[in-house]
Amino acid sequence: MATDVRTVEVATPEFEIAAERAAARRGLLIALPSWLYLTLFFAVPLVIVFVYSFATRSSTGRTRLEDWNLESYRRLFDPLVGEIALRSLTLAFLTTLICLVVSYPFAYYIATRRPAIRNVLLVMVMIPFWSNFLVRTYAWRVLLGTDGPLSQLSQALGGDPIRVLFTNTAVLIGLVYGYLPFMVLPLYAALERMDWSLVEAARDLYADGLTAFRKVTWPLSRPGVIAGSILVFIPALGAYVTPQILGGARTTLLGDYIVSQFLAARNQPFGSALSFGVMAVMLAATIVYFRSGAKNL
Amino acid sequence: MSTGVRPKSPTERLLAGNAWLVFTFFYAPIIVLIIFSFNANNNVGIWTEPSFRWYGDMFRNDDVLAAIRISVTVAAISTVVSTILGTTTALALERFRFRGQRTYDGLVYLPIIIPDVTMAVMMLLFFAQSFRMLDGLFGWSPSFGIGTISLSHIAFNISFVAVVVRARLGQLDPALEEAAADLYANRWQAFRRVTLPLIAPGVAGGALLALTLSLDDVVVTSFVAGPGSTTLPVYVFGLVRRGVTPLINAVSTVMLVASMLLVLISLAFQRGSTSKVSLTDSGVDPESA
Repeated sequence: MATDVRTVEVATPEFEIAAERAAARRGLLIALPSWLYLTLFFAVPLVIVFVYSFATRSSTGRTRLEDWNLESYRRLFDPLVGEIALRSLTLAFLTTLICLVVSYPFAYYIATRRPAIRNVLLVMVMIPFWSNFLVRTYAWRVLLGTDGPLSQLSQALGGDPIRVLFTNTAVLIGLVYGYLPFMVLPLYAALERMDWSLVEAARDLYADGLTAFRKVTWPLSRPGVIAGSILVFIPALGAYVTPQILGGARTTLLGDYIVSQFLAARNQPFGSALSFGVMAVMLAATIVYFRSGAKNL
Repeated sequence: MSTGVRPKSPTERLLAGNAWLVFTFFYAPIIVLIIFSFNANNNVGIWTEPSFRWYGDMFRNDDVLAAIRISVTVAAISTVVSTILGTTTALALERFRFRGQRTYDGLVYLPIIIPDVTMAVMMLLFFAQSFRMLDGLFGWSPSFGIGTISLSHIAFNISFVAVVVRARLGQLDPALEEAAADLYANRWQAFRRVTLPLIAPGVAGGALLALTLSLDDVVVTSFVAGPGSTTLPVYVFGLVRRGVTPLINAVSTVMLVASMLLVLISLAFQRGSTSKVSLTDSGVDPESA
């Protein structure tokens, strides 16, 4: 008997360690195909852009992979780049803010409907969300044109023709329109999950509507606010399609500026450095936002 | 929630008003676009009479037809491959612990955070550089086209599929798989008969997202497309930059209708599969039970 007990005691951990190792091997094996794919077709390209950002541009516009230098990074601090970056950041910030202000009551409304109505409303949000982004942006080009429907309506009502196309206002409208569903859906998810009896408890304890919202609903919906803001801010900062279709020639944003370094200006090292700069800002914004949110969750 | 029973407060009215404004904002541009695609006039802004003329033009336009063929091919390839790789990624991250997992986790999430433009630049430089190398080493110089577009789409789609499937896996009770093992199912049987049917809605959702992202992409594709081989959105993007034409309205309407059909099909499919899940198991999804 005594020996039996001892062998069992010794055997179990060994067996468990072996099983754990086998599981780890299996996990690694399952991960391997996508790991290899993402390494070859994502990590390696990322490293190439990083290497290119230290290369030199020859006078013909070709990239010479020699004479490694920091010239491209130094150029990031040019006043012109600063101006473009500031314009892009302002636009991305305004887009996020407008989306949040519009979406919050909207998501709140949907989340507080009866389940049957809620599902119908949700499908009505999903349809524009899944519709082609380019087409949805193009629709605004038709709508906002100088002889377009809105302009004609305004003139029929005795007003002036609408002249917002090819301005930053048009880009802002396009960005808000394009990314609004990205804000609505996480907000809805957070509000729908919420335990509404907590709000009722606050009201029972004589909190007025505003206080109950400020002390209960808003803090509980913060994860949705954070997720939505990141989902809107990041693509808005790097936007390329929207400014190309609705913006003017004089309103260069970071997205167009990077692309022009590869297609028009042919300065690949500087374009690469710019890409890394934008990425760094985005990662920083994401981390700061998560940190500031996590503390108050 | 018994919000419907109370008399309508001013707040409630404001909320409803805002909701209708947002829905108008969502749908007015789309509806105007669809209406104007049936306008006979050459000038986009001026309505004369209804006609199918631009749809006829569209289906006689060889460039449009070629672009549609390439779009569909790329979308099919990238959806299938990224759905398989994304699902294995989700399984590896959610169900196993292994060395290097955190690096792998980061590698999977990075393509979601990275902006389109950076991704486009990365793929362009990567293919240009590796084609130069292949030419130097083997005298083989592949060209940009369906291959490069598909490889790039898979690269960003894997992550999105992985996130969607992982969310579904996270909701599953691991005890279900353990129960299958207790009943002498081997690992493959447990996966095939228990795990896979339960995560099927997640896999379908991930596949739909991959399909949509592939059919949607303009920026990355325009960088890795070859001369004469572009997808429909890139072709339309080129036209739009030159100006608004009724032909673009017609092509856009077809793209809109196609994506709406996809959503409706997936909704029907998802409804069917979730009810199947709750039939085979009542403990997973307490809301649907």
